[in-house]
Amino acid sequence: MINSNTLNAVDWSAQISKVRLFMSVQLPALYKRYPFAVIGAATLLLMTFIAIFAPLLATVDPQAVAPLNRLKPPSWEYWFGTDALGRDVYSRVMYGSRVSLTVGISVALLSTVIGLAIGLITGFVRWLDAIVMRIMDGLMSIPSILLAIALMALTKASIENVIIAITLAEVPRVVRLVRSLVLGLREQPYVEAAAASGTPLVKTLLRHILPNIAAPLLVQATYICASAMITEAILSFIGAGTPPNIPSWGNIMAESRSLFQIAGYLILFPSIFLSATVLAVNYLGDGLRDALDPRLSRRM
Amino acid sequence: MSQATGKTILEVKDLRTYFYTRDGVVRSVDGVSFSVSEGETLAIVGESGCGKSVTSLSLLRLIPTPPGKIVSGSVLYHGKDLLKLSEDEMRDIRGDKISMIFQEPMTSLNPVITVGRQIGEVLELHRQCSKDEVNDRILELLKLVNIPEPERRMNEYPHQLSGGMRQRIMIAMALACDPEILIADEPTTALDVTIQAQILNLMRELRDRTRAAIILITHDLGVVAEMAQRVVVMYAGRKVEEASVYDLFAKPMHPYTLGLLNSMPRLDDTSSKRLVEIPGMVPSMRTEIVGCAFAPRCPEVSERCLLESPILKDYGNEHSVACWNPVVAPRDIA
Amino acid sequence: MSKQQKRLLELKNLTKHYPIHKGLLSRIAGYVYAVDGVSFSIYEGETLGLVGESGCGKSTVGRTILRLIDPTAGEILWRGERIDELSRNEMRPFRKEIQAVFQDPYSSLNPRMRAADIVSEPLRNFEKLTQAQGRDRVSELFALVGLRPDQMLRYPHEFSGGQRQRLGIARALSVKPKLIMCDEPVSALDVSVQAQVINLLGDLQQEFGVSYLFIAHDLAVVKHISHRIAVMYLGRVVELAATDELFKRSSHPYTEALLSAVPIPDPTKQRKQIVLGGDVPSPINRPSGCHFHTRCIYAQARCKVEEPVLEEISPGHFVACHFKLNT
Repeated sequence: MINSNTLNAVDWSAQISKVRLFMSVQLPALYKRYPFAVIGAATLLLMTFIAIFAPLLATVDPQAVAPLNRLKPPSWEYWFGTDALGRDVYSRVMYGSRVSLTVGISVALLSTVIGLAIGLITGFVRWLDAIVMRIMDGLMSIPSILLAIALMALTKASIENVIIAITLAEVPRVVRLVRSLVLGLREQPYVEAAAASGTPLVKTLLRHILPNIAAPLLVQATYICASAMITEAILSFIGAGTPPNIPSWGNIMAESRSLFQIAGYLILFPSIFLSATVLAVNYLGDGLRDALDPRLSRRM
Repeated sequence: MSQATGKTILEVKDLRTYFYTRDGVVRSVDGVSFSVSEGETLAIVGESGCGKSVTSLSLLRLIPTPPGKIVSGSVLYHGKDLLKLSEDEMRDIRGDKISMIFQEPMTSLNPVITVGRQIGEVLELHRQCSKDEVNDRILELLKLVNIPEPERRMNEYPHQLSGGMRQRIMIAMALACDPEILIADEPTTALDVTIQAQILNLMRELRDRTRAAIILITHDLGVVAEMAQRVVVMYAGRKVEEASVYDLFAKPMHPYTLGLLNSMPRLDDTSSKRLVEIPGMVPSMRTEIVGCAFAPRCPEVSERCLLESPILKDYGNEHSVACWNPVVAPRDIA
Repeated sequence: MSKQQKRLLELKNLTKHYPIHKGLLSRIAGYVYAVDGVSFSIYEGETLGLVGESGCGKSTVGRTILRLIDPTAGEILWRGERIDELSRNEMRPFRKEIQAVFQDPYSSLNPRMRAADIVSEPLRNFEKLTQAQGRDRVSELFALVGLRPDQMLRYPHEFSGGQRQRLGIARALSVKPKLIMCDEPVSALDVSVQAQVINLLGDLQQEFGVSYLFIAHDLAVVKHISHRIAVMYLGRVVELAATDELFKRSSHPYTEALLSAVPIPDPTKQRKQIVLGGDVPSPINRPSGCHFHTRCIYAQARCKVEEPVLEEISPGHFVACHFKLNT
C-alpha cells in the first residue's frame, strides 16, 4: 500500500537510475530482439498520449461548426483540412483517439475477465460445460460484426453500449480459449500433485491454473483490442456505433463517405490513425506471444 | 555374433556438429572419430545430451540447418566423404546403402499411408522394380521381420499396429534395400522390456542373415552387452573411451565408464548396498568446456584435467581412452 | 519382516473400469479394464515394488490409492479405515499421511512457482506458518534431499532433472507422511542421476521409516529398493513375493519371462532368453480365462477357460497360475 511513509521511503535517485538503465541498456536490447513489438508499443503510447492530452493538442473545438470554412483542404490553419460542416478534421481526429482507445481497451479487459470467469467454471464443472459451450457455439456462429449491429439496434447509441455489444461478441472466443487451456492444464502432473497435497479447488485455480493461462490470455487480449477498435469503426461507419456528435475515427469517415472523391483527406487522416493503432496493437501482441511462448524458451 | 571381416567401410574423422542458438553455440559433437567394419556392431553409448544421436544424424546429414551445422570433419564411406556429396547423391545413399531406424515408431511412420506402401516407397525410390516385384518384396520383408499375417498387415495403418510391430515395420523399411550399414537410434527405448527382447532378438537374427553392420545408439548398457562387439562411450560431445565389449565391461579405464557401470542397479546383484553415485550432473553444452568435460565430477581429477582437454590414447587391443588419469585395475565385479 | 509390523494400507479387490463412449448419444461401447481386482497390503517401513509393462494398470493403482481417480469397486483401507468412498473434503486429512512423487520432473512442478512454494505447498495446506517458520522448514527439507537452501527462491526451470525430482521428494516429505507413492520416480532421469535419487529414497526410509509404493517398469531398480514385489499383468496381480524369493524362485510364467528379458550389462553373462511371442493384449479386449494364456509357453486348455486365483504357495509368496513353476 502506498502512503506518505512509503513515498518518503522511496529512494528517488535509485528510481531515476533504474529509468536511466532501462532507457540506455534494456530498451535497445528489447528493440534488437523484438523490433516490431517495441515500435508497436511506442506507437500505442503515442496514441494514448494523444487521447489523454487531446484537449491540449486540438487547435479548435472539435464540435465547432463553421460553414464558411467547409471542405477546405489541409493548410497551415487547418492541418488536416475541414469537413462538410467546417469542423477541423485534425482536432476531431485527436479527440477520436479517445473513443478508439477507450473502446479497444475496455472491450479487451471486460471480455477477458468475463471470458476467464466463464471458462474457468466450464473447465471444472462438467454439467455446466455442456450447456455453456452450446450457447457459446451459437454465439460464435454469428459473425461478430453482425452480432454487434444487432445488439446496437436494440439500444440507443452510446459508447457504453458499443463497448457492451462488442464485448458480448468477443466473449465466446475467450471462453473457448480459456476452456481449452484449463482442460489441458487439469491433466498436468503438477495440478494432480496439488490435489495430492490436499490443495482445495479454489487455491488450485488461483495458484496453479491462473498463472499458467495468463500468458496466452494476455496475447489474446491484445488481438481482441485490435479487433474491437476495427469493429467500433465499422459500426460507426454504418451509423450503428458511437453517436454522431462524439468524434470517432469511424464517425469521421462515415460523415465523409459521399465526399470521398472531392475531399479524400477526410477519409485519409482518420484511417491512417486507425490503421496505425490497430497495427501497433497487433505487433505488440505478436511480440508478446513470441516472448511468452514456452516452446521458444531459452533452454534447449 | 556375426562375422566381422575387419574391412573398414565407414570412417568418421574428427566430426564436429554445432548448433547456433540465440543463447550461444551448443557443441553437440565436438571432435568424434571412430570407424565401422563390415558386418560389425558398434554401440555408441552415453546419457542424454552427450551427442550420440546428433552423431548418428550427422552421418546421414539429417541435421536441421539452421540452427545446426556440421562444422568440420569427414565421414568416409568406402573412401568417399559423405559430407562433401551433393544432396542428390546423399539421397541415393540414405535408405539404400546406409539406413536408419528411430526411437519413436509412432512418429517416425506416416500415419496416413499404409505400412505396406511406406515400405514400397523405399523400394520404388532406390530400385527400379515392377509393381508385382515390389509387392513380393514387401511380403518377403514382412515375413523377415516376423509379422504374422503379412498379407493383411500390409494394408493397415500405423495406428492399428502395436509399438513392437511398428518398430518391426521400421526395421523392414530400413532393410528393404539390403543396406550395408544400419543406424539404430535407441530402437527399443520406447518399448516394453518383453517387446524389447523380441526386437533385439530379431535384430540379431537379421544381422546374421544380412551381414549388415549396425551402429547402435543407446543409453542402456544392458542392450550394449547383448548386442555390440565394440563400444564407444561419449560424454559431453566427446568420445571418452572405445573398446571391445568384453574389455569395456571387464576393464573400463575411463572414470566415467567405471562410474556408469558401478551406479547401475543390476538384476544379478547379490548385495543391496548403496549404489555408487556419480556426483553432480552433465555440464551445460552452451558454454565452451575448458579441460576435461568430466573433471567436475571425476574421482580421479587432477590439476591437468582442469586445464587441458585429454587426448585419446591407445592402450593396446583396440582399447583407447581420453583421460589423464585412467583407471588401470580391472573392476571388482560384485 | 515380522508380523508385528503395522499394516498401513490394504487393498481389497480394487477395480477400475473406464467406460468407452461411442457415437452421437455416447453409448457405452465397452470398458477399459485398467485395474481388475487387485489386493495387497503395505506395512510400516517397507517398500512394495509394483512392476509390469504398459497397460498393466500399475499407475492406475497408484493414482486410485491417492484418490486422484475414483475406484469402480473394491476397498482401500488406510490403517483400518475405508478411504475409497470419501469425498474430496473428507479425504483431506489423509493426505497428510499418503503423499506422492511423480514421474516427470519437468511437468510435476508448477513452472510459475518458486521452489520454496512448491515444496511447502502440502505443509501450508495443513498448518499455518509464518514466513520465517516456512523458510526454516523449507531449508530443512532442502538439506534433507541434498539441495542447497540458497536455491529456495529459484524457479523449476533453473534446476536439472535430478534436482527437480529431489524437489518433488522434498514436497512429499514436507508433511511427514507414512506412505509415499512413487510413480516411476527415476524413469525420466539419466542413469548417473538415477543412482543419486535411488540412494536418497533409501536413506530417507532408513531415517524416517516411511513406506514406499514403488511403481516402475525397470526391474533392476525395483529389485534394488523393494522389500517385496508385486507383478501385474493386464490389471491383475499375477505374483507377489519378497524380493529375493521372487528373483530366485519365481513361479509365474510371466515373471519368468520378464526376468529373462531384462538385458544384463555383462557380455559374459548372456543367457538364453525366453522370448514371448505376440504383443501385450489391449486392456479393452482381454483374453478369456488367464489373461496371459495367449503368450504363455506353458499354456494348456484350462488356462483359456478358468481365471486363476492368487494363492499362497509359501509364506508370503502368492501366485495366480494353474501350473505354478518352481514349486
